[in-house]
Amino acid sequence: MARVQSPARSRPSTYPGWFFLPAAIIYGVLFLLPTFASLYFSLTRWTLFNSTFIGLDNFAQFFREPFLIKGLINTVIYAVVSSGLKVVLGLLLAVLLTSQIAARGYLRSVVFFPVLVSTVGVGITFTVLMHPTQGMINEGLAMLGIKGPGWLVDPNLALISVALVDVWKGVGLATVIYIAGIVAIPQDYYEAARIDGSTPWQSFIYVTLPLCRPATVTVITLSFIGGLRTFDLIWAMTRGGPGFASDTIASVIYKQYQAGFYGLSTAGNVVLFVLIGVLVVPLTMLLNRKEGHE
Amino acid sequence: MKFNLKSMAMGGVGVMAVLLASGAAHAQSVNLTYLIPSGADGVAVAEELVKSFEAANPDINIDIETRPGGSEGDNLVKTRLATGAMTDIFRYNSGSLFQAINPQQFLVDLTNEPWQADVQASFKQVVTAPDGTVRGAPMGAAMGGGIYYNKAIYQELGLSVPKTWAEFMDNNEKIKAAGKVAVAQTYGDTWTSQLFVLGDYYNVSAAEPDFAANYTAGTAKFATDKAALRGFEKLQEVHDAGFLNEDFGAAKFDDGLRMVANGEAAHYPMLTFATTAIVASYPEMINNVGFFAQPGDDAASNGLTVWMPDGLYIPQTTSNLDAAKKFVAFVASVEGCEAQSRAGGASGPYLINGCTLPADVPPAVSDMLPYFAEGGQNGPALEFLSPIKGPALEQITVEVGSGIRPAADGAALYDEDVRKQAQQLGLAGW
Amino acid sequence: MKLLRRYWLTALAILVSGVVFLIPFAFIIMMAFKDRKQAALLDFSWPQGLHLWDNVVEVVTTRNWMLLTAFINSSILTVASVTLLVVFAAMVGFVLQRRKAKWNGLVEFLILAGLMIPPAIVPTIWLLQGLGLFGKLHGLVLVEIAYGLPFSILLYRAFIATIPRDLDEAAIIDGARPFDVFFRVILPLLWPVTVTNIVVQSVAVFNDFTNPLYYLPGNQNATVQLTLYNFQSQFNSSYNLLFTNIALITIPPLIVFLFFNRQIVAGMTAGAVKG
Repeated sequence: MARVQSPARSRPSTYPGWFFLPAAIIYGVLFLLPTFASLYFSLTRWTLFNSTFIGLDNFAQFFREPFLIKGLINTVIYAVVSSGLKVVLGLLLAVLLTSQIAARGYLRSVVFFPVLVSTVGVGITFTVLMHPTQGMINEGLAMLGIKGPGWLVDPNLALISVALVDVWKGVGLATVIYIAGIVAIPQDYYEAARIDGSTPWQSFIYVTLPLCRPATVTVITLSFIGGLRTFDLIWAMTRGGPGFASDTIASVIYKQYQAGFYGLSTAGNVVLFVLIGVLVVPLTMLLNRKEGHE
Repeated sequence: MKFNLKSMAMGGVGVMAVLLASGAAHAQSVNLTYLIPSGADGVAVAEELVKSFEAANPDINIDIETRPGGSEGDNLVKTRLATGAMTDIFRYNSGSLFQAINPQQFLVDLTNEPWQADVQASFKQVVTAPDGTVRGAPMGAAMGGGIYYNKAIYQELGLSVPKTWAEFMDNNEKIKAAGKVAVAQTYGDTWTSQLFVLGDYYNVSAAEPDFAANYTAGTAKFATDKAALRGFEKLQEVHDAGFLNEDFGAAKFDDGLRMVANGEAAHYPMLTFATTAIVASYPEMINNVGFFAQPGDDAASNGLTVWMPDGLYIPQTTSNLDAAKKFVAFVASVEGCEAQSRAGGASGPYLINGCTLPADVPPAVSDMLPYFAEGGQNGPALEFLSPIKGPALEQITVEVGSGIRPAADGAALYDEDVRKQAQQLGLAGW
Repeated sequence: MKLLRRYWLTALAILVSGVVFLIPFAFIIMMAFKDRKQAALLDFSWPQGLHLWDNVVEVVTTRNWMLLTAFINSSILTVASVTLLVVFAAMVGFVLQRRKAKWNGLVEFLILAGLMIPPAIVPTIWLLQGLGLFGKLHGLVLVEIAYGLPFSILLYRAFIATIPRDLDEAAIIDGARPFDVFFRVILPLLWPVTVTNIVVQSVAVFNDFTNPLYYLPGNQNATVQLTLYNFQSQFNSSYNLLFTNIALITIPPLIVFLFFNRQIVAGMTAGAVKG
C-alpha cells in the first residue's frame, strides 16, 4: 500500500478508508443486495416460481393476521425479559467471577458451557426437561412437594419459559463481555475509591457500573435485538404454541414463509425491521449519548 | 419479474442438458442422488430400495440424501426446485402439496412410461399436473386416517369396535370409568392434533358429496357447514369429557404409539403409516394394536378416509434422466413393493397392480383391508380433492383440542387461514 | 468472618451453578448411554446397561459415515470464515471508531440493519448461483462472514474505544505505515475481544443450521447440525441416538472453549498489567 498521500493530512491516512473494503464488498454483495431484491417481493404475491405485483396488499394482510397484535406484545415481552435478565445476571456473575472467589475457573467454564451447545440441541433438551409430568424439573419440584406448572403447555407460561431458556443459553456470553469490560477498568480507580473509604458496594456503584458502560451498551444492544428477532429457540421448543400462545413476530413470519406465503413473509420482515428500528435506534442513541457525557 | 425469467431460463438449460446427456448415458457408471424426508423408517425403506436396484443395475449408483420433514421440508423442496438445485430423484407428498410445487414447470412428464399401466388410477389422479400429464410414481402404501385401539383393553372391558361416534364416546366413558386413559393425544408434535378433523372427511363427504367442490370454490366453509364442523366438535368433546392423557400438551408422536401399544391408552387417532413405526419400536405388542375408521353419526355410512402415498418425482434439471427413470420404474414395480415390504413392513395396500401384501401382516393392517375390499367404503381425504389446505390447521386444532378455543371459533379461524391459501394459489372466487 | 462469608459464597455458587448448568448436561450424557426403548421414556433415570459405545458407533457410521464428513466440512467452514471475519471486522471497527467521517452514520445504520434484518434466502441463492458459489464450501464461508460481520464489528468498536489514541499516533510518528499500525500495534492489543469474537463466532458458525441447509445442499457437503436430522423427524425419533449426536457435536466447541479459556485469562492479566 502506498504511503501517506500528504504529510499535512496525516490524520485520515492513519485510518485508511480501504480498511472498510473487504467487509463492505462481502456484506454488500451477499447481504444488502439480496435484501433489496427481497424488498421488491414484499409487494408481490410470490410463489418462488413466479410473482404478481399486488402493491401493499401483503402489508394489509399482515396487519389483519389474527395473532399479530399478540405476537407484537409477545415479541417485546420476550426481548425485555431475556435481555433484562442477561444484563442483570451477566453483570452479577461477572463481578462474582472477577472477585477473589474460589473455583473461579470452574465457575467461568460452567456458566459459558451452554453457549457452546447448538440452539437445536438446547431446544430438544429443555423441551424434554420441561415436560409437565415426566420432566426432570417438575419431578425435582415434586420432591420438594411443589406441583410444577406445565412450562411449555400452559398458554400463559410458554413464552416466559422459552425466554428463561434463552437466558440460560445466553447469559454466559453476557458474562464474558462484562468480564472483559470489568478487567479493562484500571485498578487505580478501585484503589482511589478504597483510600476514600468506600465500601465494596459503593465501588461497584460508582466505579464498576459507570466504567463498564461500553460492555452494558454492547450486551443490551445485542441481546435486545437478538430477543426481538429470535425465533430459532422458540421454534425448537414450542413452534409458537400451544396454539399461538408463544408466537412472536419472527415466528409468525417464519410460519408464513414455511406455508409458502413468500411475499407475505417478506412484508412481515419489513414490518419487523421497522419495529426493531423504532425501538432500537432511540435506545442506542440514548445509550451512546450518555456514554458521551461521561 | 426478472428473477422469474431467470429461473425459467435455468429450467431451459436443464432440459438441454438432459437431452445431451441422455445420448451418452449408457457408456459408464452413473451417479444419482435421491432426496427423501428423514426419519429412521423412511431411510430404511429407501436404503433397501436402492440396494435392490443397484444389485440389478450395477452401472448405476444412488446416494440417499435426507431433508427435514413437515413444512420445513416443503420449503426446502420449493427452494431447491426454484433455484434449479434439486436432486435427480426425490420423494414428496402427492395431492395439494404436489400441486403447490408447480409440477408442470419443474417435473419430468412420466405419462407415457410403460409402468404407468400398472399404477392405479386413484393414485395417478393425485400426481397429475393441471395440464393432465402424470408426473409421479407411488412411493409407499395407501394410508387410512382413523383410530388405533388397544385390543387387550377392548377384550378386558368387553367392548366392541364402534360404528358411530356415540358408540365411540360410550366406549371412552367405560374405559375412563375403569381408570384408564381413553384417548391418547400428542400435541407435542402439533401435526398429530389434526387427525380428528382430517380423518372425519369420509363422514363429511358421506353427508355432503359436493363439499370439496364447494369448498374449493369458496362457497362451503367449515364454520357454517354442519357436517364439516363436526370434526372440530369431536376434537373438543374428547377433551372436554376428560378422556385424554394428562400430558397431552407435551407428549409426542412416539409417546402416542407407545401408549396405545402398551395399553397405557385405549385409542390413538393417527394415520396408518404409523404401523411401521409400531412394528419397529414395539414388535412384541403389535398383535394388541387394532385399527378402525373414525366413526360418523350414522352407522350405515361407516367408511375410511384414505391418504394417498407420497410420489416419486424427477426434476427437469436432472442430467441423468434415463437412469433416474429406471429407478422410478423399479420402485413402481412388483420388485419395488417387495423391497419396501422387506424394509419397513407393509403398512397398507400398495397402489400398483400385482403387488400383494405378505400373509402375516399385523392386525392394524388387516383391520384396514376390509375398507378397501369389495363392499367396503372408503374415500380420499380432503387434501386430495381440493388444492387448498390452510397451513395453520395444526395450531388451531391444538387450541381446540386443549380447550383453549371453542370448536366453532376454531373452525371460523381456519376458514380465514384457508382464504389466505386460496389467494396465494390464485384461485377464482376468493 | 470475611473468610467464612467467602467460603459460603463459593459453596453456594458451586451448588447453584451445578444445579442450573450441569444437570442438563448430565441429562444429555445419560441419554447417550441408554438404549432406544429406555431413551424413549425421556426421564432422568440411570441408564440400564451401557449402550454408549453402540450408540456412538451407530451415530458415526449412519449414512456412510456422514458425521465424519460433516465434522471435516464444519471444521473447514468454521476456521476459514472466523479467521477472515475477525480480521475484516477488526479493520472496520478500528477505522470506524477512530475516524470521524460523515458517512460513519450510514455505516452504523448498515451494521444495525444487518443485526436486525433476517437474510433473504432465495435472492441470495440466485446471487450465489450467478457467482458460481452455490453449493460450494467457500460460498458458504462468504455468507457466514457477511452474516457475522455486524456482530463482530460492534464488539470490536466498543473495545477499540478503550485503547488510547496516543498509541497509534506514536507509532505513526515512529514511521510505521497504517497497515503496520493496525496489524502490529492495535490487533495484538485487541486480543481479549478477539478471543471473545473467535469463541462466539466459531460456535455460531459451527452450530449453524439454517444456512448450510439452504446454501450448501448435498450429502458430501453435510455439516454437523444437519446430522441431527438423521435421528429426529416429525414421525420417528431415536432419542438415544439424537442425544449421542448432540453430545458428539458439542465436543469441538468445547475444545475450542477449553483452549481459549486459558487465553481469556491470559488476555485479562495482560489487560490488568496494562491498567
